Amino acid sequence: MVNAINNALDIKLKEDDNVIVYGEDVGVEGGVFRITEGLQKKYGADRVFDSPLAESGLVGTAVGMAAAGLRPVIEMQFSGFTYPGFNQIISHAARMRNRSRGKYPMPIVIRMPYGGGINALEHHSESTEAIYAQIPGVKVVIPSTPHDAKGLLITAIESNDTVIYMEPKRIYRAIKQEVPEEKFSIPFGKANVLAKGTDVTVVAYGAMIREVQKAMVLAKEAGISVELIDLRSIYPIDRDTIAESVRKTGRIITVTESPRSFGVASEITQIINEDAFLHLEAPPKRVTGFDTIVPLAKGEHHYMQSGEKIFYEIEKTVKY
Amino acid sequence: MFKEFDPLKKKTFRLIDNSGKVINTKWFPDLPNEKIISAYKDMLFARTADMQTVSYQRQGRIFTYPPNYGQEAIAIAAGQVMRKEDWMVPAFRELGALLAKGVSLKEVFLYFMGYEDGSAYKDAHHVLPMSVPIASQLLHGVGIGYEIKYRKKDEVVFAFVGDGGTSEGDFHEAVNFAGVWNVPVIFIVQNNQYGISTPFRMQTASDGIAIKSVAYGVRGIQVDGNDYFAMYAALTEAAKQAREGNGPTLIEAVTYRKGAHTTSDDPTKYRTKEEEMEWDKTDPLTRLKKYLKSKKLFTDKEEDKLAEQYKKEVERQFVEAENYGPYPVEDVFQYHYEDMPGDLAAQKNDYERFLKWKEARK
Repeated sequence: MVNAINNALDIKLKEDDNVIVYGEDVGVEGGVFRITEGLQKKYGADRVFDSPLAESGLVGTAVGMAAAGLRPVIEMQFSGFTYPGFNQIISHAARMRNRSRGKYPMPIVIRMPYGGGINALEHHSESTEAIYAQIPGVKVVIPSTPHDAKGLLITAIESNDTVIYMEPKRIYRAIKQEVPEEKFSIPFGKANVLAKGTDVTVVAYGAMIREVQKAMVLAKEAGISVELIDLRSIYPIDRDTIAESVRKTGRIITVTESPRSFGVASEITQIINEDAFLHLEAPPKRVTGFDTIVPLAKGEHHYMQSGEKIFYEIEKTVKY
Repeated sequence: MFKEFDPLKKKTFRLIDNSGKVINTKWFPDLPNEKIISAYKDMLFARTADMQTVSYQRQGRIFTYPPNYGQEAIAIAAGQVMRKEDWMVPAFRELGALLAKGVSLKEVFLYFMGYEDGSAYKDAHHVLPMSVPIASQLLHGVGIGYEIKYRKKDEVVFAFVGDGGTSEGDFHEAVNFAGVWNVPVIFIVQNNQYGISTPFRMQTASDGIAIKSVAYGVRGIQVDGNDYFAMYAALTEAAKQAREGNGPTLIEAVTYRKGAHTTSDDPTKYRTKEEEMEWDKTDPLTRLKKYLKSKKLFTDKEEDKLAEQYKKEVERQFVEAENYGPYPVEDVFQYHYEDMPGDLAAQKNDYERFLKWKEARK
């Protein structure tokens, strides 16, 4: 996935000199996860560079660059460090198009590694997609494969609206996949049905896809047929694909690694209530983290969803 | 200028005294009389607009409004120094500069009456909308500055903030980024002595704001913000430096907010009549008028005539804004995204169905 993201940045830097990539340690070092490695050498220090260590400064200057016609792609070192820049996201990046009545669109991409499962330090493991998805004026996407990472990032950089591009850092280097060399894009608001099934629909995204796939091995042994939907785009959300699937299976489980209440899983539950209510054979299930802070490394396994835990929930829902 | 008035020397850049007499000829700008007269007229227009708007607000014809009185010289001087292609990044107390950039008074009224159309600034070039989240806009100025430098354009950013805003982290991040990136940005801090009710001494223990530039490696100067000539000269020099590739300047414009913070605020609660009268002596309009009269360039009679004319013009634009019409449902939704997401379109449709139902009930 690291290479795929780097490749998408490379393609856009090459074809559009409005694209500017910057962030903390992004230039010479290539970022703490080496996502931008080699890009400064290739495109120069005025297009790929280190910024002072200040997240509000990062987003705020990106707002200005976008107003002036550039397409900044900024890196937040970790999603947990984004909060000083939150005001600039919610008060300006998200609002500028509306308050200027379309005069100043905000083609900004805010990349951020998110999520747990890597034995990281404090503040490095949270999944905050629901917080961003609640902000009118931004879009939120999360890839689960190198292929999607590239296609979604190309779309993000070409979008004239601010995109929060969240990278599941747990699987940065976990998946080997052939990704086409040439440019391609994946539209926002379109989920990807990864597996067809008949008994239960499971919606997930990011690093949770792999965990659901582990659960599906157990489910298959138990004779349960799972339909797996990779959401890919948190906002806008593909309600049609989800509802259509549930109208077929009658059951839905949403798996996330964020807190349960007021989250993406709750939103999907309501979508099903609205669009597939009469087809339900079991209550929609939220398989998520707790409404707690993600425990530090030794306790994190209690919080994270595993294949086994997801299978346990699948079985309960199917037997309901 | 910036060497002579290095903030560490604790000097204030001032060119005329309170009686309008030139006290510093070395830096006095070489301006045609017409330009000085037009500066005074523009200040008078801004003040007339303010006075009337506050009175409209009292009549319940407009919502909350932040008047500019006492601070007009800063915005008017900036308005004269800014070129068409230069960028203005406002806070919300720079009426004269907005008007100079081509924003209409009617638009300003629309904004404070509750229409986003009033912050679209349709005919103004390179002006961001007013920014309510204090100091956050300065970073936008720095980002624009980056684009100017990157594209090697001959443009300068004029970014405004108040004294209260200098306590915000974004002020410090902006000046710091601007210094590191060496971008053509002029930060204009209107130190009007109050952040709503909080006096300047409770914002910072530092001796003024200009001095803060030193630590960021950025040029700084403290200017008498009620002295039109000083503001004009300092801004012109800062813009020249910016255009020559010499990076940002921080200008502290020392002034006094003669009115309330907004029409919702009552200054009698936190400051004295004596203090107000003391600052009244420095009033930017009075000072410039004294200068003009001493040069026989302007008379009270002309002022009376202009004031009448301006009142009518303000009234005309206000009434136009008042008759702007209902707020279309479409406008709530259509500007959030380039293409409206399906969920949003569905919400709009739902609401429109309700409106139809409501209409049918009548």
